[in-house]
Amino acid sequence: MSYIANTESQRREMLKVCGVRSIHDLFADIPERLRPKSFSLPQGKSEFEAFAHFEKLAGQNYAHLTCFVGGGFYDHFIPAAVDALASRSEFYTAYTPYQPELSQGTLQAIYEYQTGICRLTGLDVANASLYDGGTALYEACQMAIHATGRRKVIMDGGVNPIYRKMIRSYTANLSIEFVETPVTHGLKASKESNDFDSVTGQSDRKRLFEALDDRTAAVLLQNPNFFGVIDDHSDIVKKAHDLGIIAIQSVYPVALSLLKTPAEQGFDIATGEGQSLGIPLSFGGPYLGFMAAKKALVRKMPGRIAARTVDMSGRSGFVLSLQAREQHIRREKATSNICTNEALCALRAHLYLSLLGKEGLKTVAQLCFDKAHYAKERIKAIPYVKVMESSPTFNEFTVKLPIDAGECVGRMVELGFAAGFPLGRYYEGMENYLLVAVTEKRTKYEIGRLAEALEAVVCQ
Amino acid sequence: MSIIFEKSVPDRKGVTLPACDVPKTRQIPEIYRRKKDASLCELSELDVVRHFTALSRKNYGVDTNFYPLGSCTMKYNPKITEKIAALEGFSQLHPLLPQLRRGGMLTQGALAVLYELETLLCEILGMDAFTVHPMAGAHGELTGMMLIAAYHRDKGSRKTEILIPDEAHGTNPSSAAIAGFTVRSVPTNTDTGMLDLVALESMIGEQTAGIMMTNPNTLGLFNFQIEKIAALAHQYDAQLYYDGANLNAILGKFRPGDADFDVVHVNLHKTFATPHGGGGPGAGPVGVKKHLEPFLPISRITTRPDNTYALNYDFPKSIGYIAPFYGNFAVCLRAYAYILMQGGQGLIEVSENAVLNANYIMHSLKNDFHVPYLKTCMHECVVSAKNQAEHDIHAIDIAKALIDEGFHPPTVYFPLIVKEAMMIEPTETESKETLDAFIGAMKRIAIAAKETPQALRAAPRTTPVGRLDETKAARDMDVCFLG
Repeated sequence: MSYIANTESQRREMLKVCGVRSIHDLFADIPERLRPKSFSLPQGKSEFEAFAHFEKLAGQNYAHLTCFVGGGFYDHFIPAAVDALASRSEFYTAYTPYQPELSQGTLQAIYEYQTGICRLTGLDVANASLYDGGTALYEACQMAIHATGRRKVIMDGGVNPIYRKMIRSYTANLSIEFVETPVTHGLKASKESNDFDSVTGQSDRKRLFEALDDRTAAVLLQNPNFFGVIDDHSDIVKKAHDLGIIAIQSVYPVALSLLKTPAEQGFDIATGEGQSLGIPLSFGGPYLGFMAAKKALVRKMPGRIAARTVDMSGRSGFVLSLQAREQHIRREKATSNICTNEALCALRAHLYLSLLGKEGLKTVAQLCFDKAHYAKERIKAIPYVKVMESSPTFNEFTVKLPIDAGECVGRMVELGFAAGFPLGRYYEGMENYLLVAVTEKRTKYEIGRLAEALEAVVCQ
Repeated sequence: MSIIFEKSVPDRKGVTLPACDVPKTRQIPEIYRRKKDASLCELSELDVVRHFTALSRKNYGVDTNFYPLGSCTMKYNPKITEKIAALEGFSQLHPLLPQLRRGGMLTQGALAVLYELETLLCEILGMDAFTVHPMAGAHGELTGMMLIAAYHRDKGSRKTEILIPDEAHGTNPSSAAIAGFTVRSVPTNTDTGMLDLVALESMIGEQTAGIMMTNPNTLGLFNFQIEKIAALAHQYDAQLYYDGANLNAILGKFRPGDADFDVVHVNLHKTFATPHGGGGPGAGPVGVKKHLEPFLPISRITTRPDNTYALNYDFPKSIGYIAPFYGNFAVCLRAYAYILMQGGQGLIEVSENAVLNANYIMHSLKNDFHVPYLKTCMHECVVSAKNQAEHDIHAIDIAKALIDEGFHPPTVYFPLIVKEAMMIEPTETESKETLDAFIGAMKRIAIAAKETPQALRAAPRTTPVGRLDETKAARDMDVCFLG
């Protein structure tokens, strides 16, 4: 399927204007000996054939499993209007809005999206987007390192382990010292339980406070944390600020409609994964990294920022502002190398927030909370299965199984469930622990079926 | 047009959610709750639809008209690839599924897409291995720099510098610096428009970790001395990096791998026709030669003896995770579909037509605008408003005047080494009629620059807003609606 418009006779006319005889003459600068040694690619397909091929491939994926897998990436409901409006090609076939007169749609949408992120987090300024929640947290780390001139970073064990791995990769060639503190134990002390080896609770104040010092640039926390546990980090932030440390929180935006905001806890920077705001799971991307901060940090922020201004006749309009921070102006001294970001995903998030609105987002969050707690009750009733609950959780919680969680999940797939995420993959010694997520999409019936299937599998 | 938050009406709803079907047993304890609701919009679905439809009408995309933005490859984005990406088997697939035990079998179709894309990119670029994890071009550059750092670290060599031509995109020096390298800028020989080899020879040394090249470069010229540069780099074990921003010029004509480049990145949202989305998402897969393969990010997709695909994390020298999962999958999916539809011959024709279109524009405008390097260009040409500047009409004025003619302007004031630069990249999907209309507009503007310059300075007049006050924007910092 070709998308080339010009015909052979048009090409001949154009070649004449260029003063050459054939198209090959236009490539004369490439020496013969540098021509491709091979270029063995399949023959082109028609649109019809291509679609059939991809329908077949799509059919090989188990996207139909009833999903209780989360880990920071959730199966939320997306209103049809999000797809319809984000599919307007005036939005999706545009470039970065460098020519503001032709890009007022994109620019106003970014400005409004920034406003939405500020209102959710309670912070003053937000940027236009970063690649994902992990790179957003890494960029926040860099901001803190530059702002403080210090090179030590404390990461709480409740921060998504994938993000902690990413941050380690990005900084491998920089001399930055990391301290990781595990979270607290996840089961209450009780006679029948010896589970104090498992850590799935809130941030461990004692160890965190020991780690914070006047060489520390940043402390990274997450709420709810990877185990779904809700916390109030105000005390940690206060201690951090006493030592001149920048406090950064990674957040779940849906939960923010109910939970104490990063601003209320005193955080300087909030980042997060925006996938849950109207962006399909799509096997890992594209997603949306969002970032908000206190106003004092705006000039240290990475990425695009849209601002409202006026034109020559005094009409209100929007531009990309503070571009002197960015790579195309500042080159090796830029705050970040980011150029292309996730603008269309930010548009989707803005659409989602606009449609769900103030009450809608709270309702989604409350449904997630209620259904997750119903699931907890149902799972708790299964013999030999324990639910970790020393602290309140949001829509995700940890379950201890009498068998290997990976094995259990494998058998649950045969029964039609993606039953959760086995924690042994990222936490040594937690092979029997399963992280279960419940969104507003799951029904009472599905949750009941999950519990029944789980019981059948563990009691086999 | 009002801000969406100004349209909000208390208690209005845009979405009805299902009633709660489970007993409510608990509440979030008060100490963990926010004090005040987030003041999000309260609108009906139609309110939202009207607002965003109105916004979209204030935007200009490839589907609107010609978008010759140099370096950005604003080609047509096929509609079928949107339909493919929306297939539920892809769009509803949770990325953690293949990480479950035997979970690879749950996502064979998705893994096939990524594996096959990597294989095709290896052949197109002449590289040995690819990763599709980087989520944009600059992210690919950073990944490439991290690979180079890991390679030298593994060998125990202390190399601290990356050499970058002064005409390079800003992301190049920025990516190298963020990866921990010192950046040194190599001048361009202004007579040839090519990297100054003498300067390069004087700057390279044992401290050089790598050289980043864009070829064709940002002047739209193919550097035929690339073999010499590669030999010089490898003499010092410096790794040669290929910035694939300009790949649309050379498909099937030149493969960086054949010219001894060690690392490349490609921008799927440029060459392989995935939509730019108003600033992303993109994807910037990175390809390497064998000696750098052990350092590629994890996970990697491998095949099993029974021809099924698996995720493999067992690469002890890997730089680790650079993305949460497997890159921007839905972007990779669209690009893979595009490559399958083009086939080998189709891709060659893409570059041939892209180069022809650019040369046609350059030759059609050479009597009206200064062309600093009047020789065969590749997929884009750089012209200058130097002559118009004598009438105090600058590249920015021409850009704004083009808007009133119905066109998106070219990239202006880049590359930095050309005064009053206008970088025009037509792409292969534009017809001669469109190019002729654009050329006609440019010619009219060239005349106006001499005869009625004042009118050009007032452009654009046809847009929802005129030229905006950027100084005020930076001073006031109105970046969040407070009403």
